[in-house]
Amino acid sequence: MDLTILWFWIIAAMFIGYFVLDGFDFGVGMSLPFLGKDDTDRRVLINTIGPVWDLNETWVIVAGASLFAAFPEWYATMFSGFYLALLLILVALILRGVSFEYRHQRPESTWKKWFDGMIIVGSAVPALLWGVAFANVVRGVKLDANHDYIGTFFDLLNPYALLGGVTTLLLFFVHGVVFVSLKTEGDIRVRARKLATKAGIVTIVVAASFLVWTTFAYGTVASAIFAALAAVALIASFLANLRGAERLAFGLMAATIGLAVLTLFASLFPDVMPASNNAANSLTIANASSSTYTLGVMSWTALIGMPVILLYQGWTYWVFRKRIGRAHIESARTEVAVH
Amino acid sequence: MNEWLDPLLLSRWQFGLTTVYHFLFVPLTIGMALTVAIFQTAWVRTDKAKYLQLTHFFGKIFLINFAMGVVTGIVQEFQFGMNWSDYSRFVGDVFGAPLAFEGITAFFLEATFIGLWIFGWDKLPKKIHLATIWLTAIGTITSAYFILAANAFMQNPIADAYVMNEEKGRAELTSIGALLTNPIVLASFPHTIFACFMVSAGLIISVAAWHLARNQHFDTMRPALKFGMWMMIIAGVLTTLSGDQLSLIMTEVQPMKMASAEAMYVTATGANASFSIFTLGTPDGVSELFSVRIPYLLSFLSTHTFDGTVEGINNLQAQYVEAYGPGDYSPTIWITYWAFRWMIGLGLAHMLIAIAGLFFTRKSAAKPARPWMWKIAIWSFPMSLLAMSVGWTFTEMGRQPWLVFGLMRTADGVSPGVTGIEILISLIVFTLLYGILAVVEFKLILKAVQKGPDDAPVQGAESGELQQAVTVY
Repeated sequence: MDLTILWFWIIAAMFIGYFVLDGFDFGVGMSLPFLGKDDTDRRVLINTIGPVWDLNETWVIVAGASLFAAFPEWYATMFSGFYLALLLILVALILRGVSFEYRHQRPESTWKKWFDGMIIVGSAVPALLWGVAFANVVRGVKLDANHDYIGTFFDLLNPYALLGGVTTLLLFFVHGVVFVSLKTEGDIRVRARKLATKAGIVTIVVAASFLVWTTFAYGTVASAIFAALAAVALIASFLANLRGAERLAFGLMAATIGLAVLTLFASLFPDVMPASNNAANSLTIANASSSTYTLGVMSWTALIGMPVILLYQGWTYWVFRKRIGRAHIESARTEVAVH
Repeated sequence: MNEWLDPLLLSRWQFGLTTVYHFLFVPLTIGMALTVAIFQTAWVRTDKAKYLQLTHFFGKIFLINFAMGVVTGIVQEFQFGMNWSDYSRFVGDVFGAPLAFEGITAFFLEATFIGLWIFGWDKLPKKIHLATIWLTAIGTITSAYFILAANAFMQNPIADAYVMNEEKGRAELTSIGALLTNPIVLASFPHTIFACFMVSAGLIISVAAWHLARNQHFDTMRPALKFGMWMMIIAGVLTTLSGDQLSLIMTEVQPMKMASAEAMYVTATGANASFSIFTLGTPDGVSELFSVRIPYLLSFLSTHTFDGTVEGINNLQAQYVEAYGPGDYSPTIWITYWAFRWMIGLGLAHMLIAIAGLFFTRKSAAKPARPWMWKIAIWSFPMSLLAMSVGWTFTEMGRQPWLVFGLMRTADGVSPGVTGIEILISLIVFTLLYGILAVVEFKLILKAVQKGPDDAPVQGAESGELQQAVTVY
């Protein structure tokens, strides 16, 4: 297989890794006002992702660096074109990250409320804007001959892209709430399941509309198949959650997100960033990619590195496999702990 | 519109601001990961409570700092594409690979194992838990290598590593081996890493001195102080030696940077190639008003001989005009000149504090040192951080006006599609956000420092082992 095409799909795989993993972090963060009745509840929620949010977030750093290395033109055009959107994502990620670390440093409830707010906003903003950004990539944006974005920030807020943003927001929300039901015990687990059902209905409607729009406006045969599979997985996840099959529901949500990303990448192929104003200005796999030598070096690194990474990250999830409840939080001797 | 909305100027300010800020946290992360790993190893091997107390105490400071390093690091990676898209297009084929390596080999390692370390105290066997902090430390150091290798290409784009693709208008990688063994990175990597260890040694000295000055926590802070001072001296010597190596190579591949470090306009040989400790001159550098100089020293630093020739700015400027066309090829001299001096001066000063400290605290566990000594020692940490910042300011400002030396000017790398207004917005947002976070961060670290280590952990009744803490957010 041509290395450039291989790397197109590796980039897709890395964003799938990012959205599946950090996606539930976003969902857990957004669920604080719905599931976190008191401070102990909120600490239960935060602790479900405490050990892993950082490694999950690292996927976007690796995806970004790989994009830079494998498709410099794509990286340059997308990141400079979506300047203000990415600024908002960066600010949100900063607020969310420091809040996890700072929230428990002081006992005052006003202090904690501040950081709870930043976790909620810091989770919701990227969950929305990543969808807006990728929907715009699929839809196409105005590019000049140098492949520089010539539209404005507000051009990015078109109905299709906004629907894409709401779709990722809802998908990540449900994904996170299902994750909570899988990782907690007691009352909060039951409430999480109920919330996942309520939110699931809205999510199915919105996500289905987005997938249909994508398929009819920008789709290919492959993308249509992925879109159909994504819809099936989403509905199956909803049913699994209804029956209390938490692990299955979570796995199916992960599959939904993965298939939705594949839908977008399959719609793009063989473009990477179509120009809506003039097809000649489009960025394609061929004109945006790095040299064969660089891609070869990168392929070996990924081939050796990624299995090891998946192995130790999988092990990490296994180490922290136990459910968390209010009892764990209340009994933890936080004062003598590192935290 | 006007010069305040110049995308180039604003992008440079933003990159400078966010980079200097990011690099306040990185050296502490690199240095403290290793330090905490050493304390924890000491505990696992000796079972002495004081080492566990030190592990937890400095571990807490390390973690408050770690989160900031992570989140401000994402900004760094995104900014290449956001603000420097033409640069990204030009070097992505070469520069992107070490960045991707950094992510795959280093960032995943540290991000995963730091989580295991924080939350794994009660879940992992003792030795495996110890391994997690070592893997975190290895991750931080590995990441430094790759990012410095990428930076080295900007300082010294070695011919063996790339070829110009004229049709695509970009540099393309031809040898990853050559890229990763750039003579600049071989010297700048040890120089930076050992300087990071100086920063964490500086932190330990400051913290220990603060407590010892108040006659508290003797059992933990005395060993910490000793450790910090030895670490400072050893790391300081190694930083100096690798810095010396770096300036040799720099003189060869970036002579303009060396000349501007000295604000030396005229080529000089032997005794005339003197190192000026302090100079006041007219801003244009044409004449000196006052100067303290050591003859031969610059010749020795630049060439390791006493009769070497060090080229002056005027000479190099003429050569560059011939090679690259008309233009100004010298960096902002007063910045490079003073940054270079502050870096060396501060570095030597806090090494001296550590040496003097070792002398004054020798085997006298009971005898309190004089109060003014503690007051000086407390400044070790800010001094080491400042030395680090001005060192990077020197090396990056000294590269100007080039973005990639000899290949691309900074002015040619900025994103053509991003407006001045957008960059002004982001610059203001980052300045405010980073400013607020700096205050919060500083207060939290200060609070953790002043609280001091927790009391010695109680002996668990059943196992007879030191009881482990359970960690939750």
